[in-house]
Amino acid sequence: MSTATRPAPPARPAYDVERLRRDFPILSRRVHGKPLVYLDNAATTHKPSAVLGTVRTFYEHSYANIHRGVHELSVEASEIYEKARERARAFVNAAEAREIVFVRGTTEGINLVAQTYGRANVGRGDEVLITALEHHSNIVPWQILCEEKGARLKIVPIDERGQVRIDELEKLLSEKTRILAVSHVSNALGTANPVGRIVALAHARGVPVIVDGAQAAPRIPVDVRELDCDFYTFSGHKMYAPTGIGVLYAKAKLLEAMPPYQGGGDMISSVTFEKTTYNILPFKFEAGTPNIAGAVGLAAAMDYLGAIGMDAVEAHEDDLLSYATARLSAIEGLTILGTAEHKAAVVSFTLEGVHPHDIGTVLDREGIAVRTGHHCAQPVMDFFKVPATARASFGLYNTREEVDALARGIEKVQEMFRP
Amino acid sequence: MSTDLRDLYQEVILDHSKRPRNFKPMPDANRSAEGYNPLCGDRETVYLKLDGDRVQDVAFQGAGCAISTASASMMTERVKGMTRKEAEELFERFRALITGAKPPVGGGPELEKLEVFSGVREYPVRIKCATLPWHTLKAALNGQGQTVSTELSEGPPAESGGA
Repeated sequence: MSTATRPAPPARPAYDVERLRRDFPILSRRVHGKPLVYLDNAATTHKPSAVLGTVRTFYEHSYANIHRGVHELSVEASEIYEKARERARAFVNAAEAREIVFVRGTTEGINLVAQTYGRANVGRGDEVLITALEHHSNIVPWQILCEEKGARLKIVPIDERGQVRIDELEKLLSEKTRILAVSHVSNALGTANPVGRIVALAHARGVPVIVDGAQAAPRIPVDVRELDCDFYTFSGHKMYAPTGIGVLYAKAKLLEAMPPYQGGGDMISSVTFEKTTYNILPFKFEAGTPNIAGAVGLAAAMDYLGAIGMDAVEAHEDDLLSYATARLSAIEGLTILGTAEHKAAVVSFTLEGVHPHDIGTVLDREGIAVRTGHHCAQPVMDFFKVPATARASFGLYNTREEVDALARGIEKVQEMFRP
Repeated sequence: MSTDLRDLYQEVILDHSKRPRNFKPMPDANRSAEGYNPLCGDRETVYLKLDGDRVQDVAFQGAGCAISTASASMMTERVKGMTRKEAEELFERFRALITGAKPPVGGGPELEKLEVFSGVREYPVRIKCATLPWHTLKAALNGQGQTVSTELSEGPPAESGGA
């Protein structure tokens, strides 16, 4: 692309991680007498004051149930909630706000699609295609569906570096495939999948694609129209927003044709004991009082990320990833699992002779929070023939000094467990 | 190394985790059971040679963390020669030690060397690591051939230590 004809982007201040850290109150606390080094961002992220303050202000000034009352507070709350939907639309560049369904999180987003689109479109002898990289939440809903329908779950294998085998994916896409489910970024290994290419291959066979964006949404710019995926779902709590809120994006024509998910209030336009008419999009999929304040907090987190710029967040985390990869690789006996060409800032590793659980306990006493275990991705662990790994996952507020602290902590672990 | 970490990883525990005793298959075992902790993926198999009601020999195999490996190793040393009842009483005493609960009243064997696990009570998330081999032993003693899981077997919810 020629840059000569493009208007200059608005000037953005250089990435000032120390200033950003001050936005997160929890980062100033100490753990076991040491400064907190929080490297478990793939599990969940901390919340900036802007998000916490917005939620508090909403409850203090504008809170009421939505889409129900004629009174002022209900009108205000409904407007703020729908503004949050518009914010989410813009965040993933969806065409219309009615393509944004608020859900509890990625897990509910996937279950919604499996239980509505899946139940309507997958039948006996059909196939559902997923990859060997998936989180349990992108495996189990499809297993449940396949069991109910007598369909078959097919798995696209990964290679030694933890990358989806595109050649195998092409072979496994068949005339029986009804849907393909794939993660944008792997939570266990950090692999960034070529989703645009995968969608194009699937669409060439007429197969719709659902993308698990839980790890991608906080880390890289997401454009659902550029990806051309049919469904994209992600969680608020992994992107600096409160727990219990997430987004399912779906193309409007798919949502129109899908049966509803849960029945209840707000998802109907009229109810008699003989017949219920469902509400228009997206309300058809939002039965009951939703997590109103959660959506407001999510929009605040999107504003926060937008002000920094997702390109800037990505560049910062890329820097941390290369620094951490170099620093940890230099430690004798340490093996990094997942060495994909395209990776997000997740480093899964094992230490010779030391169980990940013991790594986690020793690091914890140094104030360093990492995840240890199978990361809800047991098939990935099985592939690498390990019961578990330790995983450091970075966020927008982490620093190179924290990578150094991690490396020093690992050396302490080795000292303790030296044979 | 901070002193409180040394309370958990005492020298004896580190020694047993690096050089576990009775860590071998037992082809002529007449009882065995597999223990599984789905939270960390640890699996351990406990083999027994039961002579009537008495543990004539015991061994274990598997992959686990330092705490569960040391716990299994020291358990096998301790319960060899005990009756089923004595082994189960010792487990109750051991569980009370690491959860900080009141020790069971009445007789039964003393903890002796197993006292080194007292530091575990300050690490509630590690309690299941220490009890996994004991749950597995109990399943083997009772002839339950199936896998016992720390998340399914009796006890663990109360073992979370409440912290």
